[in-house]
Amino acid sequence: MLEMRQVSKVYRTEMVETHALRLLDLHVRKGEFVAVTGPSGSGKTTFLNIAGLLETFGGGEFRLDGVDVKGMSDSQRSKLRNEKIGFIFQGFNLIADLDLFDNCDVPLRYRGMGTKERKLRIEAALDQVGLASRMRHYPAELSGGQQQRAAIARALAGSPGLLLADEPTGNLDTQMAQSILELIEQINAQGTTVIMVTHDSELAARAPRNVHIVDGIATDMSEKPGRQDSAAQDQVPP
Amino acid sequence: MFGYYFDLALRSFKRNRILTALMVLAIALGIGASMTTLTVFYILSGDPLPGRSQTLFYPQLDPGDMENFTPGEEPEDQMTRYDAETLLRQSRGDRQAVMKRGSVVVRPERAELGSFSVDARYTSGDFFPMFATPFLYGNAWGKAEDDGRSRIVVIAKSLNDKLFGGENSVGKSLWLSQNEFRIVGVLDNWRPIPKFYDPYGSLYGEIEQVFVPFSTSRDLKMDASGRMHCWGADDMEEDPDGTTGVNAPCAWLQYWVQLDTPEKVAAYRQYLTNYSNQQRAAGRFQRPTNVRLRSLMEWLDYKKVVPSDVRLQVWLAFGFLVVCLLNTSGLLLAKFLRRSSEIGVRRALGASHRAIFAQYLVEAGVIGLAGGVLGLGFALLGLWAVRQRSASYAELAQLDPVMLIVTFVLAVGASVLAGLLPAFRACQVAPAIQLKTD
Repeated sequence: MLEMRQVSKVYRTEMVETHALRLLDLHVRKGEFVAVTGPSGSGKTTFLNIAGLLETFGGGEFRLDGVDVKGMSDSQRSKLRNEKIGFIFQGFNLIADLDLFDNCDVPLRYRGMGTKERKLRIEAALDQVGLASRMRHYPAELSGGQQQRAAIARALAGSPGLLLADEPTGNLDTQMAQSILELIEQINAQGTTVIMVTHDSELAARAPRNVHIVDGIATDMSEKPGRQDSAAQDQVPP
Repeated sequence: MFGYYFDLALRSFKRNRILTALMVLAIALGIGASMTTLTVFYILSGDPLPGRSQTLFYPQLDPGDMENFTPGEEPEDQMTRYDAETLLRQSRGDRQAVMKRGSVVVRPERAELGSFSVDARYTSGDFFPMFATPFLYGNAWGKAEDDGRSRIVVIAKSLNDKLFGGENSVGKSLWLSQNEFRIVGVLDNWRPIPKFYDPYGSLYGEIEQVFVPFSTSRDLKMDASGRMHCWGADDMEEDPDGTTGVNAPCAWLQYWVQLDTPEKVAAYRQYLTNYSNQQRAAGRFQRPTNVRLRSLMEWLDYKKVVPSDVRLQVWLAFGFLVVCLLNTSGLLLAKFLRRSSEIGVRRALGASHRAIFAQYLVEAGVIGLAGGVLGLGFALLGLWAVRQRSASYAELAQLDPVMLIVTFVLAVGASVLAGLLPAFRACQVAPAIQLKTD
């Protein structure tokens, strides 16, 4: 699903050059559930932004579902992101003046989907997260957990092959966090590849595979037997 | 996607009502001022004969003496009677007409109406087909009537309504001053704006009520009105008709010619030059040959028909519109960048730069549409105010369908222009930064 080879990213300002990613190698197969951990400033967010085609990268190769994304135009990346990737954010990032139905509608609009098909997909996605009865409610009318469920429904409406979650339970209490994680696991069980960035070690432990990023370099920490077919390729730190 | 962006724009307006109202008001004020002045300018500067003006020309000769002569100055803007009648007789154009405004006293058959004075135009028969005047009854006279100094007349619809109740009066008698005329035609509603054919008449007033053959008017020595420029006073003493005599050194007549092709225009210009040379050789013209042949629109431009204050007002109003748009652009920029987090989310969900740009440009356009509606109201108010003025064109200050469309095109176009930079800045928002900080 996701194949990064020797990917590097450098942020340059007038005074400072920051190597956010250094020759990062990571291969995530379809259907995997990978937790990405690491200290602050390690490059986790940069990795997620590049994986989500929100940022470009300097050196290396990156293939998303077999498509080489290097050199793609903004329109091409946007189209691929819309079709292949769903995002879940720590802050939910629902659009405040759209109700849940219209929030889920956003990615489908950019895909140019017809009205009938959009309606069917949105209703199915909201039903999957248990919010079908709240589809005409606005985000402000929902609890944190419900908002995150709505955000997950929005991510799922387009049937993406890859779900990128950035601290999905960061703003939730323990109980809500638990239910969200169960939902993500359920989605993964249905075949969607999940890459989840988290600080929470307990959360990371729930993922069958852990990748640790330190100083822009990824290290595969563990893979639990019985949940995936074989280990992903990784880079041994120097 | 346009419908989607339109819907998003309306939602955005509901969320920021005051800010939206400010922008709409700014655009509306600019549009109102611009459309008021532009409408007046459009009316005053419009083509009075669309489709025909390009074939109508105003020839000018320079028959004056050397007194007060300045080399390079413009020739007389009216013709002497000798030159006008000679050109008319030689008929080198497709059509040609001499003309002059006058005043006559109408003596109605119905005594209860009483006698009253009306404006008259003394002209030749080609006046009517050349200017495509519409006829309600009857038709114009021809060369035979011009040459025969016939006592015939064409009257305007309003006079026909007053004297004959609007019925067909062709063949009936009409007493003008002390002379009896036969009505051969009644014009339908016709009001060229401006009334181009007489630069010294009322440019925006109604047409004359009575049209009499020029030859007849000279025969009957009917009163002429308007500007007359004479020179060489000694020469006039010899002519029994005085300043309006055939040989009087006085420029007082308007002359129009129809030339249907560019080749004919060039040929006629040469003809005027040759004629001037002949008149110089004969001793009538003393000044160097100095002819002009201006098209109708060139003539209007030359005579500065549009008052200079109207032109200035248009520039000022559009300057005001630019200021309003700059303000709107600033407000839009602030509004759009306040939604950076939403832009970041939309980008993450698959919106390209182009999609974000289009969305916000549509929002700017919708603000322009609302501004256009309110601006239309301001323009109507402004034009009402113009109509209260005492200017000759005041009553003409009305918004027609063309200017109505222009109002909305200008409002939406101007708003889209104002929205270009804000929309561009919006689409440049880096999604990664916005999503992380949220």
